[in-house]
Amino acid sequence: MSEGTLYDKVWDRHKVTTLPTGQDQLFVGLHLIHEVTSPQAFGMLRERDLEVAYPELTHATVDHIIPTADQSRPYDEDAAEEMMSELEENVREAGIEFSDPNSGDQGIVHVVGPEQGLTQPGKTIVCGDSHTSTHGAFGALAFGIGTSQIRDVLATGTLAFEKQKVRKIEVEGELGDGVEAKDVILEIIRRLGTEGGVGYVYEYAGSAIEDLGMEGRMSICNMSIEGGARAGYVNPDETTYEWLEETDYFQENPEKFEELKPYWESIRSDDDAEYDDVVTIDADELEPVVTWGTTPGQGIGITEPIPEPESLPADKQDTARRAQEHMRVEPGETMEGYNIDVAFLGSCTNARLPDLRRAARIVEGREVHDDVRALVVPGSQRVQKTAEEEGLKEIFEEAGFEWRNAGCSMCLGMNEDQLEGDEACASSSNRNFVGRQGSKDGRTVLMNPRMVAAAAITGEVTDVRELPEAEVTAQ
Amino acid sequence: MSGTDDVEIPEVDYVSGSGVPIRGNDIDTDQIIPARFMKVVTFDGLGEFAFFDLRFDEDDDQKDHPFNEERFQDSSVMVVNSNFGCGSSREHAPQALMRWGIDAIIGESFAEIFAGNCLALGIPTVTADNETIQALQDWVDENPDGELEIDVETETVSYGSETIDVTVDDAQRKALVDGVWDTTALMKSNAGAVRDTARELPYVESEAIPEAE
Repeated sequence: MSEGTLYDKVWDRHKVTTLPTGQDQLFVGLHLIHEVTSPQAFGMLRERDLEVAYPELTHATVDHIIPTADQSRPYDEDAAEEMMSELEENVREAGIEFSDPNSGDQGIVHVVGPEQGLTQPGKTIVCGDSHTSTHGAFGALAFGIGTSQIRDVLATGTLAFEKQKVRKIEVEGELGDGVEAKDVILEIIRRLGTEGGVGYVYEYAGSAIEDLGMEGRMSICNMSIEGGARAGYVNPDETTYEWLEETDYFQENPEKFEELKPYWESIRSDDDAEYDDVVTIDADELEPVVTWGTTPGQGIGITEPIPEPESLPADKQDTARRAQEHMRVEPGETMEGYNIDVAFLGSCTNARLPDLRRAARIVEGREVHDDVRALVVPGSQRVQKTAEEEGLKEIFEEAGFEWRNAGCSMCLGMNEDQLEGDEACASSSNRNFVGRQGSKDGRTVLMNPRMVAAAAITGEVTDVRELPEAEVTAQ
Repeated sequence: MSGTDDVEIPEVDYVSGSGVPIRGNDIDTDQIIPARFMKVVTFDGLGEFAFFDLRFDEDDDQKDHPFNEERFQDSSVMVVNSNFGCGSSREHAPQALMRWGIDAIIGESFAEIFAGNCLALGIPTVTADNETIQALQDWVDENPDGELEIDVETETVSYGSETIDVTVDDAQRKALVDGVWDTTALMKSNAGAVRDTARELPYVESEAIPEAE
């Protein structure tokens, strides 16, 4: 008899009890914390005279506020320094391991967990950050929580949670040249809507997902929340195990790898598992997707026209009109040729090594357009170091990109990296909300990293598939 | 170390107050509280920054927004449209709204993390269909001092001469009505069962599991 989906199995293994509210109390296998959403939770613990129950299953890093240019302490900005100091104090007091900037392991929390082997199949993983869904790429059940819930997890090692439905999204076929994982998830959100996933967890499956490396799977799971799904996951397979074997944790504990593999295999969704919904997407049909509006669901293929608001469902029309006004785009036109002022290569969606490698191949031997400010912000210090060793930093810098230190940076503009005025940004990040990148008049166009590289070169939204012969400006 | 016993958790079975309509779908938490106001280590004082960029222009002059209108200054029930609170998980968003004066939200639909954060603060997020919500928003606009009564237990909202059916998620309703929406003490009381669950998980090393108190 079927034991169900990965979601069912991981849930059952972590369920402590059913609470009087009907919610389940779930054990948390890994709690990741950072400087923005945790200080208030530690404050609540102090108020209640409580201690951290499972410090060894908790891991901290600093990412949201950290400057990516000058990281010498104290930070230029007092508020950033205060938040960092508070985190340092909290982790020291509680005995929580901290991937701080001096460790060489610091980075965006959703890059750090996977690269150290903390993220593993069959774990429940939470963090006070909505992009925690990223870790689902390893077959973990991972989701974002708020600060009061962080308090609960710190104090009890558990979380009160309601079970959701599971929608299987099968992406079958092969992605074409220039089409990436990012385009798959932007297409999914565009089709199912920004709230289509509310009440669901997404299971990504199908040959196009299986063909992806872990980084691509992370990009997809990362943006589950932009489609309303609090969590998304991919069943673990050989690709997952190959990644895990190389991580610190399993390099240091090789016996654990063999010991845990049967567990990882056991939590894969059964072939005859039942799903609450199944959606199929043809990978061969996809092209690079870019957003034209101010929600991640307002996307189109690069050769497609921007929709007339009237052609959309009634409840989407107002939002579309306002978005088109903000973005200054015309329905009927494509996004190609849309002027770009800033190119941002970074974020927990697309700042891992393969993302930077692919973008570097586009950039190599070319120059950033005179009117464009372009920056690369590696996802972690380790990504940064390897990229530098591989010569990627040189390629980007020679082309005119700024090469920064690791952090969330311009994805949400909590540090100095922000859009100014009504600048338009070609961005490899995950949210194009009004004001998201630090300026309320700023305009964000979401796209895959190679498309960002192409836009940096041409100064406008460009179909990267058309670029290779078109714009070589240097040796 | 059993300090949680002295935390008083009120029952939230009924909320009343005048309303404030916030129209539009997909209002994300970056709109509710822009990231630059999150560079703080407490939630105190966030109220004045609720919807800041929608309320003020670059010269800090007021723009048209219900939160700026004199007639809505005493409102405590927000009436919103669909997918309210999408995006970032920041609890700063409901914290800012609560500190501005919001005690309950009625809407077409809510993003999950946002609704969970509201519950953790004892703020009901109740839903009704598009037509019902629009009618309610119009009524609130015309009756800024009019009283809205949300009965969480019976899942109804009364205003003027109307009583409408709304939906409250089952777990949310039980948590609010029974006063168990702050789950820390409740879950801490199961610490033994938590350790048992941890011991059964192959990836949890025994050293990571605390001794019984």
